[in-house]
Amino acid sequence: MTVAPPAPHGASRREWLLSEQPASRRQARLGQAYRTWLAFRANPLAMVGLAIIVVLILVAIFANLIAPYDPLIGGDLRTERLLAPSLDHLMGTDDQARDIFSRLVHGSRLTLMVVALVAVIATPIGLAVGTTAGYFGGWVDTVLMRVTDVFLAFPRLILALAFVAALGPGIENAIIAIAITSWPPYARLARAETMTIRDSDYISAIRLQGASAPRIIWGHVVPLCTSSVIVRVTFDMAGIILTAAGLGFIGLGAQPPQPEWGAMIAAGRRFLIDQWWVATMPGLAIFTVSLGFNFLGDGLRDVLDPKAAK
Amino acid sequence: MTRQGRPRALASRSGAFAWGAAKVLATAFVTFLGLLLVTFVIGRLVPVDPVLAVVGDRAPASTYQRVYLELGLDKPLYTQFWMYLTDIFRGDFGESVLTKRPVLQDIARVFPATLELATSGVLIGTLLGIPLGVLAAVRQGGISDQIVRVIGLIGYSAPIFWLALLGLLVFYANLGWVSGPGRVDISYEYDFTATTGILLLDTAMQGRWGAFGNVFSHLALPASLLGYFSMAYISRMTRSFMLTEMAQEYVIAARVKGVPEWRIIWIHALKNAAVPLITVIVLSYMNLLEGSVLTETVFAWPGLGMYLTNSLQNADMNAVLGCTLLIGTSFVALNLISDLLYRLLDPRVRRRA
Repeated sequence: MTVAPPAPHGASRREWLLSEQPASRRQARLGQAYRTWLAFRANPLAMVGLAIIVVLILVAIFANLIAPYDPLIGGDLRTERLLAPSLDHLMGTDDQARDIFSRLVHGSRLTLMVVALVAVIATPIGLAVGTTAGYFGGWVDTVLMRVTDVFLAFPRLILALAFVAALGPGIENAIIAIAITSWPPYARLARAETMTIRDSDYISAIRLQGASAPRIIWGHVVPLCTSSVIVRVTFDMAGIILTAAGLGFIGLGAQPPQPEWGAMIAAGRRFLIDQWWVATMPGLAIFTVSLGFNFLGDGLRDVLDPKAAK
Repeated sequence: MTRQGRPRALASRSGAFAWGAAKVLATAFVTFLGLLLVTFVIGRLVPVDPVLAVVGDRAPASTYQRVYLELGLDKPLYTQFWMYLTDIFRGDFGESVLTKRPVLQDIARVFPATLELATSGVLIGTLLGIPLGVLAAVRQGGISDQIVRVIGLIGYSAPIFWLALLGLLVFYANLGWVSGPGRVDISYEYDFTATTGILLLDTAMQGRWGAFGNVFSHLALPASLLGYFSMAYISRMTRSFMLTEMAQEYVIAARVKGVPEWRIIWIHALKNAAVPLITVIVLSYMNLLEGSVLTETVFAWPGLGMYLTNSLQNADMNAVLGCTLLIGTSFVALNLISDLLYRLLDPRVRRRA
């Protein structure tokens, strides 16, 4: 047993983290994380991406404090409709005399919710299907991978559209539909990882001790696949945001008066030529956030997978 | 290798190709059945009573009962699936509630518009994307490399329908360079007959050059937009394939031999990168079919995407599922084609199969 390392202070904390001879498992892990962070920090675009995402999260948390107006109830319909951007209304107002900036601020909550829920639903499905297929092999593998291929054969947006059309429009159904269409790549990835782990000695050792298959998969295979799947999910987040915005744009995602960005663009289409800001501003928000996730994903891949860094 | 051994080895190699191709075909067929199962299940998920959709809510109970039996709703689900399968294979996709016509007829009417748009898009993307990607790989870190990077980032981050709206705002409303929504102006609509449905071909073959120019100026903006997204993907992939090829030993050998650098790049390396590029171009074509759903509504382009969106907004499930199935099937078919081409063109894959 190792003795607990002395509590690090100030400059020595950095040395303690970067130590070549870690005295404990905790020190080694923290040191590894710190080195990853240092490499990540050296990539300016990745840091920009991280900053965008952090700002997005803060805006979503403090939406009530940041937004100067109510996102759903507009001002005077006679005098405050379709105002151009000004100091009073940073991004102008829409046809319901609502402040577009305030709606964008509150819309960040919907965007984050969609991304988070899709990740929370799709990741476990992908992990479960992939690890089961990879661990058992044989006909279980064949059947599960055929199912995965069927879902991969549909373009994501089209399948999501069909599901939402059947379930009824709304943000909840849009989330379910996007999750149903997002898991197959994660299953593929988890399967590939599992097949490399499956025959290692420590798995054989647990099996000899009489551990059941579910116990081996959940306790010993899944934890090793999770990190690569999570990195993959981060890459997909921009795509998830774009799909959700597309559903909103067609009118099948969040329903009015919810301030969903895609639906806001659709509502601004009618005024495109004379009041360009109504449709342009929400698009700018979607673009910025997906750009942030793409920067972050690129940075993460460079740090975690040095082979891909070119 | 002995003299008798050679032809046998060759025969077994082409046999291996046939066996591999057969396996790919079988897999594609199973995937196709899976697609049908998915659309069948989605059709059952609809919370609308299919009988009421046919007879209306005021029909007497006896009519309701008759239609209920006619639709086979009393039978077990697997029998219903079988009935669905036989209908589809007979080309019966049901009737659209909106247009009161068979869905397959509707799709055949709107599909050429989407085909014209997506094909022009992929042509633009390929013709610009490949040279750009090659330049980016050759001058890594240079200006063309940065351009590919920025084009890619915008292409992966911007919502396509938003860029479409911006395009209309700038190039149609402000600059007036292109024509607005639609495929052709009303004044030209009866100037030619739409035989193939691909209007550029129709007008050109009938020598109606005024109409051709009008069609072209309508097509220019949506096609360039789709072309941009396809270029973003193709140039990025070309760059990475070329980087791999340029690091190979045959490139060094060619350099040592004194082959001019342009020949090494455009002939030797690009030829080897071309095989995986085919898959990429096919994939990008499939993405454009999907992207057309969102762009067509913006440009009022009367293709599959607009038909699908209209049906969606009117809960016309037969039409929605018909389109979904058709797009899914073209995905499977395109995948199959790229897989077979890959096997034919790359001798390494052929040997492994």
